Amino acid sequence: MIKKRLMFQKLSFSMIKAAAWINGAALAIMVYYIVSRGWRAISWEFLTQVPRDSMTAGGIFPCIVGTLALCSVTLFVALPVGVASAIYLNEYATRGKLVRLIRLGINNLAGVPSIVFGLFGLAFFCIVLKMGVSVASGGLTLGIMTLPVIIGATEEALKAVPDTFREASLAMGATKWQTIRKVVLPAAFPGILTGSILGISRAAGETAPIMYTGAVFFTPNLPSSLFDEVMALPYHIYVLATAGTQIEITRPLQYGTALVLIGLVFGMNLTAIILRAKMRKKLRI
Amino acid sequence: MKRQHIDKGVHSGFFLIALFSITALFLIMVFLFIESIPVFDHITIKEFIFGKYWYPTDDPADFGILALITGSVCVTLLSGMIAIPLGIMTAVYLAEIAPPKVAQIVKPVVELMASMPSVVIGFFAIVVVAPFIQKVFNIPVGLNMFNASLMLAFMAIPTICSISEDAVFCVPSALKEASFALGATHFETIIKVIIPAALSGICTAVILGLSRAIGETMVVLMAAGGAAMIPGSIFDPVRPLPATIAAEMAEAAFGSEHYHALFAIGLVLFGFTFIFNLVADYISYKFRQTGEASL
Amino acid sequence: MERHIKMYTENLDFFYGNSQALHDISIDFDENRVTALIGPSGCGKSTYLRCLNRMNDLIPNIKVKGRAMLDKKDIYDPSLDVVTLRRRVGMVFQKPNPFPKSIFENIAYGLKVNGVKDKAEITRIVEKSLKQAAIWDEVKDRLNESALGLSGGQQQRLCIARALAVAPEVLLMDEPASALDPIATQKIEELIAELSSRLTIIIVTHNMQQAARVSDRTAFFYLGKLIELNDTDTLFTKPELKQTEDYITGRFG
Repeated sequence: MIKKRLMFQKLSFSMIKAAAWINGAALAIMVYYIVSRGWRAISWEFLTQVPRDSMTAGGIFPCIVGTLALCSVTLFVALPVGVASAIYLNEYATRGKLVRLIRLGINNLAGVPSIVFGLFGLAFFCIVLKMGVSVASGGLTLGIMTLPVIIGATEEALKAVPDTFREASLAMGATKWQTIRKVVLPAAFPGILTGSILGISRAAGETAPIMYTGAVFFTPNLPSSLFDEVMALPYHIYVLATAGTQIEITRPLQYGTALVLIGLVFGMNLTAIILRAKMRKKLRI
Repeated sequence: MKRQHIDKGVHSGFFLIALFSITALFLIMVFLFIESIPVFDHITIKEFIFGKYWYPTDDPADFGILALITGSVCVTLLSGMIAIPLGIMTAVYLAEIAPPKVAQIVKPVVELMASMPSVVIGFFAIVVVAPFIQKVFNIPVGLNMFNASLMLAFMAIPTICSISEDAVFCVPSALKEASFALGATHFETIIKVIIPAALSGICTAVILGLSRAIGETMVVLMAAGGAAMIPGSIFDPVRPLPATIAAEMAEAAFGSEHYHALFAIGLVLFGFTFIFNLVADYISYKFRQTGEASL
Repeated sequence: MERHIKMYTENLDFFYGNSQALHDISIDFDENRVTALIGPSGCGKSTYLRCLNRMNDLIPNIKVKGRAMLDKKDIYDPSLDVVTLRRRVGMVFQKPNPFPKSIFENIAYGLKVNGVKDKAEITRIVEKSLKQAAIWDEVKDRLNESALGLSGGQQQRLCIARALAVAPEVLLMDEPASALDPIATQKIEELIAELSSRLTIIIVTHNMQQAARVSDRTAFFYLGKLIELNDTDTLFTKPELKQTEDYITGRFG
């Protein structure tokens, strides 16, 4: 009976639709709680002052600066290395055993748990390279973690550049590097930008990799060099919410810090999403 | 001839940089090994993996991680039971059912879920989910395996969803049309043609999603309750592997047995995700869609 | 009249992996003449064309046997620089493919990558190339606008101008009018006739009327083999082989 089959289809589709909306609802509830309770904590002082009274009052300025500093180092490492790796994989060598091995390495690097990056950063950057707990150690650790994201996004952007652009350029006597630099990269630039923003936003929200490599519980000083330790937004949330004796008293501060963090991360993500949508529209014309 | 020489140099330069990722992965493995090995002067690998007691600060200390492994496996499986159906159904919804305008809204929602910082999810687990669970199920503590699994599911869904969606989307429309032309309904086509055709991609998605869940640190650190014992029910607190490392690294003295034991846990964790990733990679490489007839 | 042979291939074989796409192709191309390559789809005419500026090098697992000569020098000689070769042997593609840059930058691109720095010189050559490609009057007031805003026919003439800017000696055209409407096609054909006085042109086309209109000599390809090579007039009126006759009279293909 076709009617019965269609009824069954309708029922199943409603279930599938419900599943999709559960995700949206979960996200909405989470964001709602943090925004509705966090915005009361947010004030000019909260954003620009250092913590006071054993972190039960005052602001989170050092955390914001610390997170931005960590992200800068991350970008500084991951962007050039990521873009260059993607160029090699997409423009120079697309097959062969070694390339397959490199791709396997990248995929596995993407799957390494964040706390393992933290362990590695601690053992390698902090101890072996003697950089200690610092912006440099934390940023480098986050940089390696972000690398696969940027490689993936750059490769996607490079693949979207039509081959005939490359051929036309080569046919005029341009070298491969001239072709990449003057034709392929400009055309892929918006995609690379989007990917970098996504990568950095992920790094900004990570806690485990920086817990023992870059971020500390409390320091009233802003970093003055790459080898200073910093406070960071995600670690600050963790510390306030789980350690110490004042957990209940500092709840508003926790919500406020969480709101600032998701504001930062979502802001970057939405920028990237909008940028990408615009770009796709442009490519279609 | 100068720019042709530059071209060759640039090629070699890119090649060297491309080796960076694999070098980093290699270094990670090397350091995990080097820093783990000293702990096995004191106990055997078997005692480490199958030992039931984790009392790292006692004298003499116990370094058995069976309870921690069990904790990790349990939260991961439970989160998988939630995330796999939801993730795949959302993927099917996005790729097959949703009108394009709705899909344009749902996709960013999934992406935002993926970008939610794990510490915020952990925080939410503490302040909202825990009291709620406590009340609804009438149990003494809300920070337990169930809470952590819910939160991990939230983190795994975007991974499962986006990779499955790609797989479903890539099923050649000729297959779909052939099924329609035989009088199958859209739902029958999805179940009997599209999902089987996309199965390798969906498997990859599930493996990578679970791999993300097992390696996730902050959520289990904050939401799982932290008791290093083998759980008897889903409302028992557990202490998964990543949470143990994160919670104890601060108190472990550099170079101590405890310190090396935590690296050994890192090595076990790395082993889990490494195997997951190799399997996922193998599946997606072996079952690449090479044509319309590769079912 | 004495013939000047600009380019020729001798017993050229071409392989994609293990499958042979071209068998034993020998053609000579007269200087400042138009040679058309015709044949049904998949006959190897485009593959052959792309052997002449080594564009096929971009594809992995290919192999070329036999000789391809430009001014009596083997273009597959390992010591030969492929970048210089491609500057001397320009190419126009099937679909117009201007870069997403301004009209001016599209033409100037080839000059810049080939090391021309003098601005006045660049401006002069851009104007000259656009005039040669018969598109100057249409674009002279909008040189700084995006090339993507032009119509398909204009874009293709822009691409021809772009190829001309680096002063190639041979111009390869791979079905240059197949994506264009009849009026734009006519303009391209007029342009080919105009250019043939100072340029060796090799054009692939599946349109036999077009081959008959624009070319001096025509080569007929079928299944990766050269079937017949003759003066265009002869090939279309008194073909030597039955197979050629069948094709040009539309009995197959």
